[in-house]
Amino acid sequence: MTILGAIQPMLTSGLDGDNAWRLEHYLKRGGYSALKKVLAEKISPDEIIGEVKKSGLRGRGGAGFPTGLKWSFMPRDYQGNKYVVCNSDEGEPGTFKDRDILRYNPHSVIEGMAIAGYAMGASCGYNYIHGEIWEIYKRFEEALDEARSAGLLGANILGSGFDFDLFAHHGYGAYICGEETALLESIEGKKGQPRYKPPFPANFGLYGKPTTINNTETFASIPWIVNLGGDAFLNAGKPNNGGTKIFSISGHVNKPGNYEIPLGTPFSTLLEMAGGMRGGRRLKACIPGGSSSPVVPGDVMMQCTMDYDSIAKAGSMLGSGAVIIIDETVCMVKALERLSYFYYEESCGQCTPCREGTSWLYKIVHRIENGNGREDDLELLESITGNIMGRTICALGDAAALPVQSFVKHFRDEFIYHIEQKKCLVPVDIQRAGSGFFSALS
Amino acid sequence: MLEIEIDGKQTQVPAGSTIMDAAQLVGAYIPHFCYHKKLSISANCRMCLVQVEKAPKPLPACATPVTNGMKVFTHSELAVNAQKGVMEFLLINHPLDCPICDQGGECQLQDLAVGYGGSEARYREDKRVVFQKNVGPLISMQEMSRCIHCTRCVRFGQEIAGVMELGMANRNMHSEIQTFVGRTVDSELSGNMIDLCPVGALTSKPFRYKARSWELSRRKSVSPHDSLGTNLYVQVKNNRVMRVLPRENEDVNECWISDRDRFSYEALNCSDRLLKPMVRVDGSLREVDWSVALDYVAHGLKDVARTHGGNAIASLASPSSTLEELYLLQKLTRGLGSGCVDFRPRRRDFATDAKMVGAPWLGLRLSEIKELDAAVVVGSVLRKDHPLFAQRLRQLARKSGKVSLISVTGDDPLINLNARITVAPSQLPFALAAVVKAVAALKGIETLDELENVQPDAASVSIAESLLADGKKAVFLGNLAEQHPSASTIHVLANELGRLSGAVVGFIGEGANCVGGHLAGALPSSGNAYDMFVEPRKAYILLGVEPELDCHNPGMASAALKQASLVVMLTPFKSQAMLDTADVLLPVAAFTETSGTFVSAEGRIQSVAGVCQTPGDARPAWKVLRVLGNLLDFGGFDQESSEAVRNEIVGNPGEFAGGLDNSVAGVSVRLEAAQMDLQRISDVPIYFADSLVRRANSLQETRDSVSPTARVSAGTLKSLGIADSSLTRVVQSSGETVLSIAVDNAVPFGCVQISAAHASTSMLGDMFGAIKMESA
Ligand SMILES: Cc1cc2nc3c(=O)[nH]c(=O)nc-3n(C[C@H](O)[C@H](O)[C@H](O)COP(=O)(O)O)c2cc1C
Ligand code: SF4
Ligand code: SF4
Ligand code: FES
Repeated sequence: MTILGAIQPMLTSGLDGDNAWRLEHYLKRGGYSALKKVLAEKISPDEIIGEVKKSGLRGRGGAGFPTGLKWSFMPRDYQGNKYVVCNSDEGEPGTFKDRDILRYNPHSVIEGMAIAGYAMGASCGYNYIHGEIWEIYKRFEEALDEARSAGLLGANILGSGFDFDLFAHHGYGAYICGEETALLESIEGKKGQPRYKPPFPANFGLYGKPTTINNTETFASIPWIVNLGGDAFLNAGKPNNGGTKIFSISGHVNKPGNYEIPLGTPFSTLLEMAGGMRGGRRLKACIPGGSSSPVVPGDVMMQCTMDYDSIAKAGSMLGSGAVIIIDETVCMVKALERLSYFYYEESCGQCTPCREGTSWLYKIVHRIENGNGREDDLELLESITGNIMGRTICALGDAAALPVQSFVKHFRDEFIYHIEQKKCLVPVDIQRAGSGFFSALS
Repeated sequence: MLEIEIDGKQTQVPAGSTIMDAAQLVGAYIPHFCYHKKLSISANCRMCLVQVEKAPKPLPACATPVTNGMKVFTHSELAVNAQKGVMEFLLINHPLDCPICDQGGECQLQDLAVGYGGSEARYREDKRVVFQKNVGPLISMQEMSRCIHCTRCVRFGQEIAGVMELGMANRNMHSEIQTFVGRTVDSELSGNMIDLCPVGALTSKPFRYKARSWELSRRKSVSPHDSLGTNLYVQVKNNRVMRVLPRENEDVNECWISDRDRFSYEALNCSDRLLKPMVRVDGSLREVDWSVALDYVAHGLKDVARTHGGNAIASLASPSSTLEELYLLQKLTRGLGSGCVDFRPRRRDFATDAKMVGAPWLGLRLSEIKELDAAVVVGSVLRKDHPLFAQRLRQLARKSGKVSLISVTGDDPLINLNARITVAPSQLPFALAAVVKAVAALKGIETLDELENVQPDAASVSIAESLLADGKKAVFLGNLAEQHPSASTIHVLANELGRLSGAVVGFIGEGANCVGGHLAGALPSSGNAYDMFVEPRKAYILLGVEPELDCHNPGMASAALKQASLVVMLTPFKSQAMLDTADVLLPVAAFTETSGTFVSAEGRIQSVAGVCQTPGDARPAWKVLRVLGNLLDFGGFDQESSEAVRNEIVGNPGEFAGGLDNSVAGVSVRLEAAQMDLQRISDVPIYFADSLVRRANSLQETRDSVSPTARVSAGTLKSLGIADSSLTRVVQSSGETVLSIAVDNAVPFGCVQISAAHASTSMLGDMFGAIKMESA
């Protein structure tokens, strides 16, 4: 991972060498000092939640919900088990940060979850790990063993009287299991399908008990906040957008990868860090927050800073922080076809608008791409997305509709060209030139 | 209470209500598919989207809790647009060929599409095709492309039937309702999924493509199969019963019926129907006119009574007979000078007869079951004997009631049990005694002297504790407890348990007129249903019974009939056994063909009308008995209608019968363990239970209808030294047969379970007691 100059990186600092993930190395870097501090100083749960609120930390899983506020929803005087659950399902196309956090810095997540458990009165946690990154699941299990043997997990942690155990659970790769309530169903051994909300997990979560679900990166940010204070975290970013964040950059850049930068950093700086546009080509468009976020035209994107508010102003979402860079060699119809296929495939099939609507969207975009578009197709696409959005059980419906709406809105001419001329506006040889596959051949 | 306004109408609803609940209160219709009042909420169809003031998006009425002051618009532009949008999605992959769909005319999707569907499809892509599945003889899954994925069928299995047999496999538009690979749907309540399915995806296999719903007339009836009094609609076309559906009655069957209630009608049209009276002349049965047959019977009976005395005549009726039939039969028998009449052919122990204060019954109303805090069921194959009663207990256990079971096999009742005790039949009274003892010990009070040596174990203490907690409690005695050779001891022990714990004691009851038979007086004053075969009689009058299948000791019953000089059978069906043993066969109306009354376990009086004519020359049995009474010049056989007969016995339909009481006086507990190397357990398989259901073809093809086996545990088999575990010869009384062995550790040690009520076991002896098993 690459780090930006002036600000101290929070999640990725000191990760040098093959053993950086081990407990020993983490301890040397000052790891578990936050947990130790909380337990030794008996910091009150309210104080911790207050600090997290102050930090401006917003959920890194996609929705950007303020973490401190979410924690405060957990019932206080509840008799019985409560749970904290970490969402490491990371299935959003373009997103590949959580697996690296677990690969290189697993103890930061364990520490963050233990503190969360302490703050919310939960003595049990689960980390739900994507099913197709098996070696990372195994590594996390090893890290758990290390923490347990060191008395950092389990009963009576460090003699404090606080019990917290943590278990890894792996999925089988269904995107929908990243949706928090589908994830809970899956942990319970059921088919991973989202639940209707309300009730929300804070009242009726895992096994019907109060539960808080956060993203891997969200938990990994907690030790830093506890160590250095909410204000310091907030100041590392910008107001309402506290802290640093890892961006997963993919697509047509020279150095794709994960980059931790302070929120509020100009997009252009991030692009530079990633080595700039491949082949010096023009930035045509950017999907700034994972495949569910609306596409933003290149020129608009160049004006943005990388934080929740700025991207929202540009009509999109910071989401999970997966930045997909698209250059001028790309046919936007083809790009949308691929995205729509993904959502059609991954719809859990439970609710009508998403089950039926996502397949319909895909079939239409597929037709257009293959020269069978009809005059009224764009209008139909817009109408169908309108009938999906806001009418489904979970946000996958919206996630499927938003790319369609934004692609058609910003690149309408390409769609119309396709429908009328039965071929791509971007000439095929240019598309080939931009494809890694074809350039490798020549 | 919360205030809510729906489409301008104000109402108040209790906290926790949904918008759908409130809409139903004010009579606003909100379109829906996945919502069903008896199932959990899944909110997946999205058809019920409505506008809620201040909510930016339309919300599903079925899943949105009412908040105080909420304003809901079910027909605003926002709501209707959302509903229409959902309807379009539901239709894009639906085969729009209602004219060739079996559900056409009674399809919720079709109905709602009229109101919410567009007139022209915007969808011009290929439609989804879903392959058909074969899940057994009752439910057709031939048309799964029609499924709208509402998951009502799935939730029904999980929540009502207690077993998830259908599930939604795969994801996205390829989601499919199916069973676990290669499995069939075997629940005894499965047919309800056909009713629940809003479209033509799940349909009735026996009924499929037999008729259109609008061609059928809908007549009210009541199920004759068990003691619940299940309310039915019988649908008739051209004087033929085409299908049977539930008639909703929240206090009785709610909106469900069992598969036995639903599919037994197939027997009505079977080739076994007896169409003409027959009389044995010179050794062979000949078809004769009614007048000839009835004259023959009247003279024959009179002759026997004159030469051998009245008690040389015995009458036995099925407990599914109507109240009127049972009443006239006992009156006729008594007129002949005999006290030998009964309607409980599977009973063995009659010691409580004449020692009871009233007629035995359920002890409470069915609708009170949900209010119980604890229930203990003794001696019952609950699911198979009483599918809907079991369902009520299942719901009780799902809520918070503690349900315990004391019985003779470890089979799963699909009820979340508090505790269970599984013992050999001979130990059943001891197991119950242990619970009595535990209750007495916990309360520190005295109980019956006979229980001095009984030692409660952990399970009996746990059951005792559940009965001593605060609240309403009940002890229910099942069919097996009534068929048991120590039924009277079990009864007295249950009463003692009730006395000590404050629990209500009740009989679940075998047969539709388990209570009615008592009220009709179809009870012996000399010679009960068992003794009438122990001491063979000269003449027998059998009403709706097939003795080799319906009696406690079929071998003995058959032998007694063989030696009798006059065997008169009033029956809707003929069988080889009847043709071999009867001297007179009188064709009578079957279920649906006669008017009559059932008094159910809870004492509910329900009268039904005949809904179609009898086939051939068959006549309602009550009329046949009445004419016989007249021919014999007995007084009191002049009733013009079945209602007139009923009025002599009980009150009006819809009322509850009086005179119900389970108390017993002067019967003592006899706890003695008979020493047996091997004892028989009999069950009456659900689809062998009476003459009607035995002839229902589709039910006979289910897994519940496989031929009886010798079901034993591996341990028992080993102790018997039987090495080859395929076939065995079983010997009981004077009968023997060869059965295949089914090794199943759910059967207690020292027992072999061999089902009754089947031709392959009809030569054997008592349902319970010693039996021998050897290598075949
Ligand atoms: C279809 C879908 C997929 C999702 N996948 C993920 C995921 O892979 N990882 C994740 O952290 N959150 C995912 N989310 C968001 C979670 O539901 C949830 O909001 C998040 O885990 C909360 O954590 P946070 O507040 O820390 O962001 C997904 C949501 C939806 C609707
Ligand atoms: S929106 Fe899609 S993924 Fe979410 S519950 Fe509905 S069908 Fe499943
Ligand atoms: S088969 Fe019928 S009941 Fe089951 S999900 Fe499909 S439409 Fe609903
Ligand atoms: S009826 Fe409410 S979502 Fe189906």
